[in-house]
Amino acid sequence: MASAVSSLNKAGPRTHTTRATRDSDWVRWTLTGVALLFLAGFVLLPLGAVFAEALRKGWAVFFASFIDPDALAAIRLTLITTLVAVPANVVFGVAAAWCITKFSFRGKSVLITLIDLPFAVSPVIAGLIFVLVFGLQGWLGHYINAENPWFPWLQQWLVEKDFKIIFATPGIILATIFVTFPFVARELIPLMQAQGTDEEYAAVTLGAGGWQVFWRVTLPNIKWGLFYGIVLCNARAMGEFGAVSVVSGHIRGETNTMPLHVEILYNEYQFSAAFSVASLLALLAIVTLVLKSFIEWRHSRTHA
Amino acid sequence: MSIIATNIKKTFGAYTALEGVSLNVPAGKLVALLGPSGSGKTTLLRIIAGLEFADEGSGRIEFHGEDVTETPAGKRGVGFVFQHYALFRHMTVAQNIAFGLTVRPRKERPPQKEIDARVQELLKLIQLEDLGNRFPTQLSGGQRQRVALARALAVQPKVLLLDEPFGALDARVRKDLRRWLRHFQREIGITTIFVTHDQEEALELADEVVVMNNAKIEQVGTPQEVYDRPSTPFVIEFLGNVNRFAALGHPLHGAGSDVLYVRPHDVDIQRDYHGEHGIRVRVQHVFSAGNYGRIALIRADNGETIDAELSRVRLAELSLQVGDEVWVVFRHIRLFPAGAFSERDVATDDAIPATLDAGRGI
Repeated sequence: MASAVSSLNKAGPRTHTTRATRDSDWVRWTLTGVALLFLAGFVLLPLGAVFAEALRKGWAVFFASFIDPDALAAIRLTLITTLVAVPANVVFGVAAAWCITKFSFRGKSVLITLIDLPFAVSPVIAGLIFVLVFGLQGWLGHYINAENPWFPWLQQWLVEKDFKIIFATPGIILATIFVTFPFVARELIPLMQAQGTDEEYAAVTLGAGGWQVFWRVTLPNIKWGLFYGIVLCNARAMGEFGAVSVVSGHIRGETNTMPLHVEILYNEYQFSAAFSVASLLALLAIVTLVLKSFIEWRHSRTHA
Repeated sequence: MSIIATNIKKTFGAYTALEGVSLNVPAGKLVALLGPSGSGKTTLLRIIAGLEFADEGSGRIEFHGEDVTETPAGKRGVGFVFQHYALFRHMTVAQNIAFGLTVRPRKERPPQKEIDARVQELLKLIQLEDLGNRFPTQLSGGQRQRVALARALAVQPKVLLLDEPFGALDARVRKDLRRWLRHFQREIGITTIFVTHDQEEALELADEVVVMNNAKIEQVGTPQEVYDRPSTPFVIEFLGNVNRFAALGHPLHGAGSDVLYVRPHDVDIQRDYHGEHGIRVRVQHVFSAGNYGRIALIRADNGETIDAELSRVRLAELSLQVGDEVWVVFRHIRLFPAGAFSERDVATDDAIPATLDAGRGI
């Protein structure tokens, strides 16, 4: 009897190969076309329109809208907010991701859910919560107006300094931190989970202390993921509208961030100025995307 | 440096990983913790390393008579090699090896020159002198394993602990590295414990084998002892292939035993047999592409499968064909009397030697 399995090298009748995963040209072109049209209509066109509108009255008007004191104040406030919110969330995000992925403890899943909360809650509601807690009609207001408060020195200090959170910079920063705090943690948790704890344990057996393990083993391993999280967090911090709008009070030159300034300009029919400031935000978005792609490219190279 | 672990208990929630385990490893020995997954062997190793701690109030770990139960891992002087190496992926091979020295406090840290010299020395020891500047991802599995070993040795540990050191390697590399490790351990004489689920590896490499099952130690002994004189049914079943029979109702087996075991190489096949201990079988499969012939047999009376191993010469003599009806006789049988797990090796038991002449068997 001949061997049941024979080599298939011999030239047999050639069959036409149709791969199961291969669609006809017609289907492929249609799908690609739909995707491209959609992209053009919903992303490229509006983005182009922003820059076109901004430059409609020429470069002079374009730049003039940045030199306007209110615009400068808005840019400054946005930068301050970002400079506080992003580092705060980096520290929080790394700490949260570290304790979630490297330790096991009770209530871990609750913590993970809480981290996602700002994604689930509408930013406007987040803003309203802050108004309720820190506003002058809210708990902070009650405290300041209380007859026999706890810690009288604190009340005194708050009154003396005329300390305000809502309708002031601290409120804007708080709201921004709240809205952006999942970005870094969310980015790091899956990465650190995938990396496991063996390298940290190895460092420990070699005599490294807690900080040495963090700085020399953990941080270098997560640096690209962290950078990516920072970029996303930064973009959102600069662009946040809803929550900030509720707590800001829209005081011109004082509590307007860039997105709020754009809205005001637009409502006042100063279209060129509105679009000029908007184009700055759009530019930031583009830079963010370029950075993000670069990080992804680097990351895929180092982990190939 | 001897290692003594006394009454180690470890539970993870409702799950018991170790149930009061005690272990004594004499200085300079190479000891294997052998067991199936979930037997607690890795947990025991990690407790000895100080990466896990035994349950509150249970157990003691001593290194050379010194109590280290509460000592953190970094201060115990253990070199630990992880199953998947756990090399620092962002550091070069040389940086990996130097890590344990560079994290020392400034006062205790050797000068950079000394560190470099030590790294070179270790690279030479693991035969990777030219690869100091590579990153771990650029190395093969066997090379990574050796780097992990060098990194652990750089801090001059008193004890070397290896978690499934060859688990992730292919068969050939595994064999080479095994031999290398044996030689190497002998040379520097460091007390070494390694975890494995591969019985062949444990028997070939270790001075002593600790067989673990279900959070307990089943038997401790030299490879020869645990293989030839297994103390429990688990040990005989785990260490190599074995045929397991319910008692046959034969007068010999009736002696309080419910299960008996025969190693495949203790099964002899005969074309003609006229004694009273033969079992009638049919040849189901003959596998002869190896160092010895393996034959699967089906018992004529109850359909049980019997595995036999014969030398190639014997196999050629018999010229077995699938479907042939032949006799098997057992040269050597082990039985474990019901209830008690005490060993009763039939071949050496004075009570029944006459029935167990080689070649005749039961």
